[in-house]
Amino acid sequence: MKGFLARAARHVGFQIGAVLLLLFVGTALVSVFWTPHPVDALQMRLKLQPASGAYPLGTDHLGRDVLSRIMVGAQTSITVGLIAVAIGMIGGVALGAWAAARGGWVDEALSRLSDLVFAFPAVLIAILITSVLGASAQNAILAIAIFNVPVFARVTRGAALSMWGRDFVRAATAMGQGPLGITVRHVMPNIASVLIVQATIQFAVAILAEAGLSYLGLGAQPPVPSWGRMLRDAQTYVFQAPELAIWPGLAIALAVLGLNMLGDGLRDLLDPRLRLLRVG
Amino acid sequence: MNSVSRRRILGASATLASLSVLGESAWAQAKDRLVIGMSLEPPVLDPTKNAAAAIREVTTPGIYESLGRIDRTGAIGPGLAESWSISEDGKEYVFKLRQGVKFHDGEPLDASVVKFSLDRLFAPDSTVPAKSLYTDIEKVEVVDPSTVKVTLKSPNSFLLYSLSLGDSGIMHPKSAPTNDKHPIGTGPFMFKERKEGDSITLVRSPTWRDPASIKLDTVIFKIVKDPSAQVSALLAGDVDAFPGFQAPELVERLRKDPRFVVVVGTTEGEVILATNNGKKPFDNPKVRQAIAHAINRDELISAESGFGTPIGSHFAPHNKVYLDLTRTYPFDIAKAKALLAEAGYPNGFDASLKLPPVGYAQRAGEVIASQLGKIGIKVAISQLQWPQWLSEVFKERNYDLTIVAHTEANDLDRYARDGYYWAYNSPEFRAKWREVVAATDFAKRDELLKEAQRIIARDAVNGYLWQLAKIGVWKKDLVGLWENSPTPQVDLTGVHWK
Repeated sequence: MKGFLARAARHVGFQIGAVLLLLFVGTALVSVFWTPHPVDALQMRLKLQPASGAYPLGTDHLGRDVLSRIMVGAQTSITVGLIAVAIGMIGGVALGAWAAARGGWVDEALSRLSDLVFAFPAVLIAILITSVLGASAQNAILAIAIFNVPVFARVTRGAALSMWGRDFVRAATAMGQGPLGITVRHVMPNIASVLIVQATIQFAVAILAEAGLSYLGLGAQPPVPSWGRMLRDAQTYVFQAPELAIWPGLAIALAVLGLNMLGDGLRDLLDPRLRLLRVG
Repeated sequence: MNSVSRRRILGASATLASLSVLGESAWAQAKDRLVIGMSLEPPVLDPTKNAAAAIREVTTPGIYESLGRIDRTGAIGPGLAESWSISEDGKEYVFKLRQGVKFHDGEPLDASVVKFSLDRLFAPDSTVPAKSLYTDIEKVEVVDPSTVKVTLKSPNSFLLYSLSLGDSGIMHPKSAPTNDKHPIGTGPFMFKERKEGDSITLVRSPTWRDPASIKLDTVIFKIVKDPSAQVSALLAGDVDAFPGFQAPELVERLRKDPRFVVVVGTTEGEVILATNNGKKPFDNPKVRQAIAHAINRDELISAESGFGTPIGSHFAPHNKVYLDLTRTYPFDIAKAKALLAEAGYPNGFDASLKLPPVGYAQRAGEVIASQLGKIGIKVAISQLQWPQWLSEVFKERNYDLTIVAHTEANDLDRYARDGYYWAYNSPEFRAKWREVVAATDFAKRDELLKEAQRIIARDAVNGYLWQLAKIGVWKKDLVGLWENSPTPQVDLTGVHWK
């Protein structure tokens, strides 16, 4: 741990990523308890106000405070992203670990299945799911989770397979431990760092996917603030109030950039030889 | 001398070359050519096959003409019928047709062609989208080659209007089956070509009866769906006019540009908070009245950048029979809460609001959700695509609330229909509407129409929000386009460049 911190102190990318993530999560946490203005309070007389002391980022087309909506929008992004990645991770890790432990036709079948899901562009799957099941935040989570499953399944399988070839695993087998016991006790602890790094990257992908779905009207439904939807609403006001599009755009860019830098940094710090799967 | 003239020729050919390089945008400046921008694309080009308003905008009265003709004030004048007479009991209409009218393919118009066209509308197996307008017709007879007699089962005071709509455009038996792809009518413009998803081109008809009234040789309807792209198309000169501009928030930008004029007029489009009267708790009149009291129309119109006129019933304010009923249930939150409590919902309830994918509904949806939230009705918004909206809301009636504009004129009849999506079953209104339709005296009919407006306002069938404005944007040297939209059509007779 001490070595990790010492290395982290020299890794600028990791630090920038960590600061951006702290800012992102901090904003979301603060917004749970406090926002400068009530987030859904319409004030038609104050619509499209430029930035001012009372409204640091101005107001939108319905007179709502943009800063408050950006803050609560961070909550939406984190909720959707975290739950979707968690579901995808639980499902993917279980499948990947099973494939690695069992081998044979199970491995073959699961690998081909994940190839199949990979063959479809992820965002198209998400659009398909949300337009069939109806547009809502829950269905957006489901859609994003589904394309996360094969990502985690692949990474887990690859990393776990290399563990199964190691001597200490063979020793455990020789001592009569079952595949489940070995997976839990020996394989998982050794591949945890890979999974953490992958989860960070997937979190960034999920935030981007949520913004994209909301932009298309398929994500969180109004009046729940969402960065993607703010961007969509701002589009038609681009001649009158271009900054309305800039703020949510900047928020999305910084959150995604932060998570990616953090992910890359973590990879360097935990194990420079790790190869990551980039999807999205 | 020789070399000079040669240089001149070279110069002239260089000019020609640069003209052809400029292409489209240079041609848009020509004085006999007009490019009209449309927000929605007509699915087919035959108004008897599909209800989409965009079909009427492109084809009526440019390609197809009807017996009567609706003018820019909404009044009915002679169309293919030169004149008509109505019997004392209101059951017999005799139409005198114009002489010498020819279809674009050279076929002559006579009474048998008119009979063919009208028979298609009310036949028992008729599939025209506006069939209900024509169900009172009993028979159509050819009196002589230029006279047609229409006999009704019972008087219908809307018949002349119905026979002037694009829905009753006169078509020839020979071309009728293929009119959806290649429309052939009697109007001043002939169909030339269609590029799906892009444009529809019409050219002047050589056989039109009044050549002097047509100043344009080519008219192109160009489809531009996205509001920001519409502005770009205008600024770039790709489109000369948008008679129905869809993005009120972008109008300021165009007003500042000296090349364009912005003309704000009226439409027949009532935007309503359509309510499922057949579902609890909306079947309770007190709940609907509470909603009516909770609606603040000023906020809604402000979200439309100020375009729109508040309405308190389902009737267009530009109509001479219009009654201002916006004060029936004035904005009053305390009153709304009291009514909800009386109805047994002191703490409000949950409701769904399903929105179609149109700008005004998306904007109004959030405002309505916030306004109803103030009286304790927790509104969950969901955004649907048109096919979903049509099946879930319109056909299956699986909804609580929705926001939509009803753009047809004289559409109060929907409140008397069976199985319509509002599920408003009022014997009182139905009786009133039968009186309206059967009225043979127009002054009497006007009085009855006012009473009909009062009944639905009192019953708060739907939330009545605002009348859509018609925002027209076109180049400032273009003259003659309609400022109002009494019916969805783009009349190009008399339209010309200064």
